[in-house]
Amino acid sequence: MTQHDHLPRNPGMALDMDWVMRAQANTSAIERRASTLPGRRSVKKDHQAAWLCKAISLIDLTTLSGDDSAGRVRRLCAKARQPVAPDILDALGMTGLTTGAVCVYHDMVATAVDALEGSGIPVAAVSTGFPAGLSPFHLRIAEIGESVAAGAEEIDIVISRRHVLTGNWKALYDEMAEMRAACGDAHVKAILATGELGTLRNVARASLVCMMAGADFIKTSTGKESVNATLPVTLTMIRAIRDFHDRTGIHIGYKPAGGISKAKDALVYLSMIKDELGDRWLQPDLFRFGASSLLGDIERQLEHHVTGSYSAGWRHAIG
Amino acid sequence: MTVKEIFDTMDYGPAPESSKEALAWLASKGDFGHFIDGAWTTPGTLFAVMNPATDALLAQVTQGTQADIDAAVTAARTAQPAWAKDGNARAKVLYALARILQKQSRLFAVLETLDNGKPIRESRDIDVPQAIRHFYYHAGMAQIMDAELPDRQPLGVCGQIIPWNFPLLMLAWKIAPALAMGNTVVLKPAEWTPLTALLFADICNQAGVPPGVVNIVTGDGEVGEMIVTSDVDKVAFTGSTAVGRRIRELTAGTGKALSLELGGKGPYIVFEDADIDSAVEGVVDAIWFNQGQVCCAGSRLLVQEGIADAFHAKLRARMDKLRIGDPLDKCIDIGAIVHPRQRARIADMLAAHPEGETYQTQAPDGCFFPPTLITGLSPASPLMQQEIFGPVLVATTFRTPAEAVEIANSTRYGLAASVWSENINLALDVAPKLAAGIVWVNGTNMMDAAAGFGGVRESGFGREGGWEGLEGYTKPRATAPQAQPVAAFAGEGAADGLDRTAKLYIGGKQARPDGGYSRAVFGANGKLLGHAGLANRKDLRNAVEACNAAKGWGTSTGHLRAQILYYMAENLSARADEFADRVAALTGQDGAAEVSASINRLFSAAAWADKYDGQVHDVPIRGVALAMKEPVGTIGILCPDDHPLLGLVSLMAPAIAMGNRVVMVASRPFPLAATDFYQVIDTSDVPGGVVNILTGDPADLADPMARHMDIDAVWSFANPALTRTVETAAAGNLKRTWCGTLDWTLDNTKSILTHATEVRNIWIPYGA
Repeated sequence: MTQHDHLPRNPGMALDMDWVMRAQANTSAIERRASTLPGRRSVKKDHQAAWLCKAISLIDLTTLSGDDSAGRVRRLCAKARQPVAPDILDALGMTGLTTGAVCVYHDMVATAVDALEGSGIPVAAVSTGFPAGLSPFHLRIAEIGESVAAGAEEIDIVISRRHVLTGNWKALYDEMAEMRAACGDAHVKAILATGELGTLRNVARASLVCMMAGADFIKTSTGKESVNATLPVTLTMIRAIRDFHDRTGIHIGYKPAGGISKAKDALVYLSMIKDELGDRWLQPDLFRFGASSLLGDIERQLEHHVTGSYSAGWRHAIG
Repeated sequence: MTVKEIFDTMDYGPAPESSKEALAWLASKGDFGHFIDGAWTTPGTLFAVMNPATDALLAQVTQGTQADIDAAVTAARTAQPAWAKDGNARAKVLYALARILQKQSRLFAVLETLDNGKPIRESRDIDVPQAIRHFYYHAGMAQIMDAELPDRQPLGVCGQIIPWNFPLLMLAWKIAPALAMGNTVVLKPAEWTPLTALLFADICNQAGVPPGVVNIVTGDGEVGEMIVTSDVDKVAFTGSTAVGRRIRELTAGTGKALSLELGGKGPYIVFEDADIDSAVEGVVDAIWFNQGQVCCAGSRLLVQEGIADAFHAKLRARMDKLRIGDPLDKCIDIGAIVHPRQRARIADMLAAHPEGETYQTQAPDGCFFPPTLITGLSPASPLMQQEIFGPVLVATTFRTPAEAVEIANSTRYGLAASVWSENINLALDVAPKLAAGIVWVNGTNMMDAAAGFGGVRESGFGREGGWEGLEGYTKPRATAPQAQPVAAFAGEGAADGLDRTAKLYIGGKQARPDGGYSRAVFGANGKLLGHAGLANRKDLRNAVEACNAAKGWGTSTGHLRAQILYYMAENLSARADEFADRVAALTGQDGAAEVSASINRLFSAAAWADKYDGQVHDVPIRGVALAMKEPVGTIGILCPDDHPLLGLVSLMAPAIAMGNRVVMVASRPFPLAATDFYQVIDTSDVPGGVVNILTGDPADLADPMARHMDIDAVWSFANPALTRTVETAAAGNLKRTWCGTLDWTLDNTKSILTHATEVRNIWIPYGA
């Protein structure tokens, strides 16, 4: 929908250990910033409706379950094409709004690509032994190739957490660089699984290493860890993105995933991105929500905005 | 704008908080009188209270008169004895105040923002919740006062004058501890921001505050001065250093207790290993909180040289994101300056000192001032020294931790400081070296009812909050008879034996008095005992220099200081008979008893030297607030006339036990016990300069001592007539004074330790 500059892809750079090791993340200060932000920013009325529409345009509508089937994925894709009831979108002047992408396992890529044909909505595939990332390395690389071949335009890889936990930054860099190469023209999102990295400082350093190795996006979580996207983790990662941009001029995207299920949370995330990174990052090429239930809450809020009456979940078609 | 257009721009848009309820409350009240003895007085001469953001009239309030103040003080006086009786009853009332504040929290927040111009986010999320917290916390203090502070009693009636920057919160800081400890109050809110205090008055009756316990009188500085000079037992003031100094002078010699919380120029120190982004964000809370109108603001940015350019660049980028405008907008970071006069003051100060490189963002027309960063300044720049009290951050750089401390301490103020480093060794080494009552490690502007708030140097004295804050609203139950001047004995004739020369004792050496005068000292029996030098202001100056050279004493271990005090006791004991004879000869009193008691006091001080522990306050963060007890610094002590050895030892021993250096002026009529005593000091491993002893007339030395800018406190026990001199002269650098009287036959060591220490709160939030 929105037209914006086409940004050059991240070409990657040599691993700069000095830069990596200088990265700090003071947990309590970061938590303070994160906890006060919701009180500092408020978006109301038409602005809120517009921001919620923006949030929809940034959603990677996701299903990553063992019981996914072709039917389930087609249903999801239909929802991605028509995320909000047409009458509501019409009232908002937002007809044609779609989600940012659909995110599925490899086996569902072909189905999703087929279901989304002509919509312009890309398919993202989680890959590389998702979610643990502990299958044989050559298979992880091969998996990327197969998903790209099946039509995935975006590949969400998982990093080896053990490389971060043991401080083996070179291994992380090499792994990431190889995965990026395997993606070819498909954009690669590096899932850090921040809930398993132990400290925010590790999150900051892992973010930098993945960006140096050519990640197009950095993403918080698989959604399968016990702790997924949080505001403190987000602050840490987007500050790393800002730092990377300040030094290299390259824009890296950010995707929080897991645990963002309320419209209000989405607004807080958007204001954090706006204030810390800037408006340019509020576009689908640089920001995505990895979410499955967020859309439902946004639909209810949008209907409330249009009608003035509080909405109910069953009034909105499921995906 | 359509939804589609906003979708493309992603602007914030307006998010106004309604002022309807607050304006309705104001309309319902009409013109305000004072709140005296539980009732509203008839409005008198009115002055206008404006909304600084819109220049709209909010209300008209009454300018207080002398009669109003007298009525308020009388009401408070009458109500006080009953109020002081029952801690549980007070706790219930304070609890009710907390609960009602909580129930009316939005009304208070909106009214505060209307009156002061601060963003609704701050009044709603910080000012009002902290005020509530203060009443909760002190409800508990009222409940446990009898059990935990059995030796303390209320002061009586407290006159309280509060500033315009945190109108309700400062009211809570003043009223909650005063009431908890059984005092009653007469409070004057600032002329520009009286409205939340008047709303508070409204809820006092609902909370069951007995009439007369809380009295609120409005007006300007003249009314404040009427309170200061009225029949109150204590004056508590928060505001400018200039007014604080004036109050110090006005209360000098009146016997009124005083606490002053004054200006600041807080250093905000960023080391190269800090989390830079978090430190940048911290700056926002340090200097752009409440438009920078914060006494504890981090207003002096000190960044390690190697990261300074990068830090400033990030800071400027952050400034661009600050939203300034309608304070009632829930999406605004910076609201209005409290008053056009304050705005002009800020602008004038900047215009007068066009130094450094200025970076400023945009501000709307009206009473707004844009966030400003001035880099490239040096400590000598006036803008680095003067408190601006606006959203203006001044910056310089440093190379090493030692230099950071030196620059940070190069100021007259000493309220608060921030230290940013990921290295715990570095942060915890630097924090105690900063001249500040509050230090935040990797944080800023953290406050809580459980942790004392207050400064050193010209930032004032006294603490508000925590156990240490209760000192300011209580006094000891024990009373001592008023000290009376003792006349020296007259006599004639020659001394027995070979002439002994008593000198001054400065920097661990005996020194002849600069003036070259001595006074003959005769014993009780009229016989000449010797001569004592008459110290003058130059001797005093030299003694202070010696104290400065002995600064290492302040960081020596309590164990070492204990050992040295025990050793003094040992050496005094070895010469007990000689000292007993000397004291007896000087005073005609029981010398043996005095020597024995002196040895006892040295033991007490030695015992306490390593046991007067600080505290870890239970503040509502993940982290600790360490209340560290630190030496005051250099203390000038005018010893009592009577008990020439015991008086000196009783005051000296606790002072040096806590790490202070002292300049003692010996008993005027009986100086030779003190001059003998320096031989004991000399043989007891006391480092030179820790104890300096002058002889002469305290009346000559009191004024230069209290005026000396490098003396941190003066204790005057010499002569009650000197109290006024000492307290008046102390206004110069706002040093702490203690003009008291003690029963020297009792061991008062522990109570003296509070005067020998400052409580510094170091906030250390943590998280892996």
